[in-house]
Order: sequence, then structure tokens, then C-alpha cells
Amino acid sequence: MTGDVILEARNLVKHFGQSGWLNRNPVVQAVDDVSLEIRRGETFAIVGESGCGKSTLARLLMRLIQPTSGEVQFDGAPVSQAAGPALQDLRRDMQFIFQDPFSSLNPRMTVGKLVAEPLEVHAPDLPAAERQTKVAHLLRQVGLQPDHAGRYPHEFSGGQRQRIGIARALASGPKLIIGDEPVSALDVSVQAQVINLLGDLSRDLGLTLVIIAHDLGVIRHMSDRVAVMYLGRIVESGPTEQVFGAPRHPYTQALLASIPGNKVDQTAHATGEMPSPLAPPSGCRFHTRCPHARADCTTDQPKLKAAGHAAHQVACHHWQRIGKGVKAPGTAPRRPEAEARFELYRAASEGGIVTHKENLTERS
Amino acid sequence: MSGMTLRQWLLTDTPTSRRHAKMASFYKGWLTLRGNTMAMFGLGILVALGLIALFAPLLAPYDWTTQNLGNRLQPLGTEGHLLGTDSLGRDILSRLIYGSRITLYIVALVALIAPVAGLLVGTVAGYVGGWVDLVLMRITDIFLAFPRLVLALAFVAALGAGIENAVLAISLTAWPPYARIARAETLTIRSSDYISAIRLQGAGPIRIITKHIWPLCISSLIVRVTLDMAGIILAAAGLGFLGLGAQPPSPEWGAMISEGRRFILDYWWVATMPGLAIFTVSLAFNLLGDGLRDVLDPKDSET
Repeated sequence: MTGDVILEARNLVKHFGQSGWLNRNPVVQAVDDVSLEIRRGETFAIVGESGCGKSTLARLLMRLIQPTSGEVQFDGAPVSQAAGPALQDLRRDMQFIFQDPFSSLNPRMTVGKLVAEPLEVHAPDLPAAERQTKVAHLLRQVGLQPDHAGRYPHEFSGGQRQRIGIARALASGPKLIIGDEPVSALDVSVQAQVINLLGDLSRDLGLTLVIIAHDLGVIRHMSDRVAVMYLGRIVESGPTEQVFGAPRHPYTQALLASIPGNKVDQTAHATGEMPSPLAPPSGCRFHTRCPHARADCTTDQPKLKAAGHAAHQVACHHWQRIGKGVKAPGTAPRRPEAEARFELYRAASEGGIVTHKENLTERS
Repeated sequence: MSGMTLRQWLLTDTPTSRRHAKMASFYKGWLTLRGNTMAMFGLGILVALGLIALFAPLLAPYDWTTQNLGNRLQPLGTEGHLLGTDSLGRDILSRLIYGSRITLYIVALVALIAPVAGLLVGTVAGYVGGWVDLVLMRITDIFLAFPRLVLALAFVAALGAGIENAVLAISLTAWPPYARIARAETLTIRSSDYISAIRLQGAGPIRIITKHIWPLCISSLIVRVTLDMAGIILAAAGLGFLGLGAQPPSPEWGAMISEGRRFILDYWWVATMPGLAIFTVSLAFNLLGDGLRDVLDPKDSET
């Protein structure tokens, strides 16, 4: 199955705010000329620091917001122009998991009603009894108990709520699920459980997953391919082991160098803050922070092109000169409590110790 | 089951079913309300008013239309006429008792029509946004720009005098504040993640407004309704007083004041007694509304 494209974005642009003759507000270039191809059955990750346009991209792919230009195709059908029954089908086939499990569940509705809602929308003819059976099945599938259906969201912990969100996303029987930082609001130990749950579900149900994250450990653990975003553009993309093992773009190198446990290489270090998307730098958007920047970086905008490997693409003029920036993980001296925390995190994100079946020990 | 165990059942921390939990939270709300003496005072008056209206034929010593011209304008405490008689010799107490039915009728109808209309306009304006919001809110502003009674007068003058038209006119003047509250609530709810989540599941705007936004708007509207009741009673009485609401011989309290106005210096009780009735009931609604706000409004009660 892996191979054919399920979701494709072409030259996607989203600018917020318009500058008319009365309105002098500058335009925020949240997403600028992004093209993606997501293959059926794979787990695709989009990574980048806060404010780089990851969430906007996710919302564009879902058509929660309309793109300024460019288009998205799902299974060969255009997403941006879909209306009526076509849009209904699209909503059934693509689902979304929100970052914040506290605000994405209506506080006045019981879990059963929340999970049953997509069923009511997409299968209105289903008898109530069958719907309840389906809800119970979905809750069991995400590691909750069927009798939780009568409770309200506030009675659950963050991890359990995220499971409710996942059950709701699964209810309509989607082919593709987009997760907008699905675990970043959770505790580290719970993160691993939810990640493993998502991995298990995508394998069991043959789902395609698109995971937006800023957490490299999460991405390395669960994704097949990864795209790195910086200031609204994709700067590097490719198979996860390629991007993590041999990062080509100086920004990716800086990101990987910032992982605790990796030896910090001075040449792979981004200085300063990310520039404002209101006035992005000319040429390569990373040149203001890039340790390898040259004169042509400030004027010419680099395009994504194959770097060594056909599937591995990078948008940098000088990737051949820069080479690999990151050394293998080493042991830098750290405070013991920090060390313990990272140790727990590593163990958790490798998924060996905590599994989602132990969710019953969670605080309820 | 004794009363003590029922109380324990209601106050348990671990409800056994959803109905149990609902009843328990209802009981806790009632306990909060019961702690508020003034609210209980208001509630007592209103319960009494309801009972009086329900059993009016049993309670009233005379029929409200029976005239006795030889026995007119009797003072308070006259034999058989506790609150005296009016200019046509009708028993004022009996008329007040029957008048409570009219008052409740008007209040109930307005309290049904105005918030529903406001909810409809406000949530649609808030959810749809854009020019729909602009048009609906400017219409709301136009209604809000007139003093309430003046606007009601204009409507009654156009529609013709009578109780039904008075109800309609008061409702037409009472909905704009509800629309504004509902719109404000909708704007905060609309941008929340769970509404986005529902949209992404493919739910249409009608489903979102009726199933997700209305239930969340209702508690703040209920509080506003109870606080508005006094104003509705006063507006109805005002219309009756001006001769545009209930028509004589109907024992509407405002109309009764209007009739007694001619003799107010010599026979003060004829106008004062219905005035006191209006005052008492308005006060009761305000007191209860204050208490209910403390119970129902989660924003205040959490602190």
C-alpha cells in the first residue's frame, strides 16, 4: 500500500491580514510556498520551532482555514473547493487531533455524546443502540472503559482526554489523521503512552498519520518521513533516519544539536531569535541566524533539491560545503535531576517501558 | 428511606449514575440559594403569587366584576372589604387576586418570547459573522436606542390596545439585550477548539448552533430573564396605566392604578393597593434573580 500519494499540498500560501489602502497592518506570512506529498500508510512528521507555521499548515491541510493561494488534494480530489457531499466525505476521511485536550472537548457534553457526534453526522441512519455499541468499541480501542461514556471531560486526566479526542477522531472511520502537537500538552510519561497508542492504531487500522511537533524525540520515535519547517517554509525533508542521521540544512543541524544529550557543535548553532514572520529576511530565510551564511544567501531564495539521496531534499545553497553538523549523542556533564528527567524521557520515547495498556494506573 | 439518608444520598461525593449526579448538583445549587435569605424571601412571595393566581376563584371573597354603586370608595378595613372598594364599588382585594393571573400571564409570555428571539438573533449573528452580524446588530442597536416604554407605546398604538398586543410590544422591546448577551457568548464559544473540532467532524452550522452554542448560552440568559422580570411587570403596568394594555374592566394592576388616579387625594388606597402589589412582585423577582445569578453563573460562583 505504501507508495501512492494520499494527501498532496502544492505551493500552499497563507498570509494573515491584508494591507489595503486604509489598513496599514503588515501581512503575516505564516505559510509560504509549501509543497508536500504524504503517502498512504506512512507517518509523516512536520517539525519546527514555535511560530514557524506548523499549526497553520495543519489547519490548511484540514481546510479549517482557507489558503491564500495554492491547493491541497486529498485522494486526488481538491480540498479547497469541496462543498456539500464532497466536503462531508472529506470530513469523514480526514480527522484532526488537537494540541490541547482541555479546550478541544465541549465541557457540557458527556464522553459518549462527544464520541457519538461524528457518527450522528456521518451515519445519521445508524440506530441508537448500534451507535452506543460503536462508541463503547471506540473507547475500548483507545484504552478507556466503555462505562466512561457517561462521564464528563473534566473527570479525566490530560492523557485520558487526549484518548477521548483520538476516539472521536476515529469515530468516522478516517483514512488520515492530522495531529497538531497531540502530545505536547501532556506529561512526559503520558506522552509516550499516547504516542504508542497512535502508532498502534495507525498500524492496526492502516491509517496515515501526519504529526506536527516541535519535539524531536517524539518524531524520531514514530515517523517514517519528516519535514523541517522554518519561518513558513520547508527547509529539509526526507526519510527520518536520513534527516536525523545526516542532516543537511544548517537549521536542522542546529535543531538536532539542541537535543539534550547531543554534543553541541559550535558550527551547528543558531544564534538569536527567529525573525518576525511580518518581515521575513530576503533570500534564504535562515541566513540571519546561520553560521554558514554567505553573500548569495541574502539575495537568492534556495529551492528544495535532492541532497545525495533522491528522497532527501534540502533548501540550502551550500549544503555540500557544510556537511554533517551533529556528532553522535555523547555524555555532557549535567545536573543529576536533569539527567534523571532526560533518562525517563528517553526511556519513555523509546516506548519500551510504558505502554498504553497501563493507562488504568493513570490518575482519573 | 428516611430524610437523613436522602440528604446523604444527594450530597455524596461519588454519584452512582448520571441522574444521581444531576440531582446532587441541583440539590447543592438549592442549598446555596437557600442560604441567601433575601432570595428565599423573593421566592416565597413568587410561590405565594403563583398559588394565589392558581386558586383565585377560591381565595377571592367577591367576583372581580360585581359592582355595588351604593358601596363605592369604602376605606381599608371596611366590613367585608379588607382593602376597600373602588369607584364602582368592586372589592379591591378580589380584583388584585384576579389581577395576579394577568400579571403572570404577561410575564410568562414575554419571558418565553423575548429570550428565544434574542438567542436566535444573537447566536446567528455571532456565529455567522460578517455582514449578517453587521445587519442584525445594527437592527438590535436601533431597538436599543429607544426608551423601552416609548417603543412599546409605539407598537401598541400601531397594533391596537389589548393584553396580547401588549405582550407582543413588550417582547419586541425586550429582546435586544438578550441578543447582545447571546452574541457575546457565541463569540467566545465560536473560537474555542471544541467548536473547531466539531466543524472538522463535518457538522453544519445549524447543528453547531443548536446543539453546542445554545446550551452554553442558556444559563446566562436565564439569569438575565429573572432580573428582567421586574422591568417586564413595570412595562406591562405602565401600558395598562396609559390605557394601552389590558382594557377595563380587566383587573390588570396598572389599569387599576389608572382608574384610582382620579381620586388619589381623597381615596388614596384605590391607587395605592395595586401599586403596592406591583412593587412587591417586582421586588420579589429582583431578589430571586440576584440569588439565582449566584447559583447559576459559574463565573461568579467559582471564586
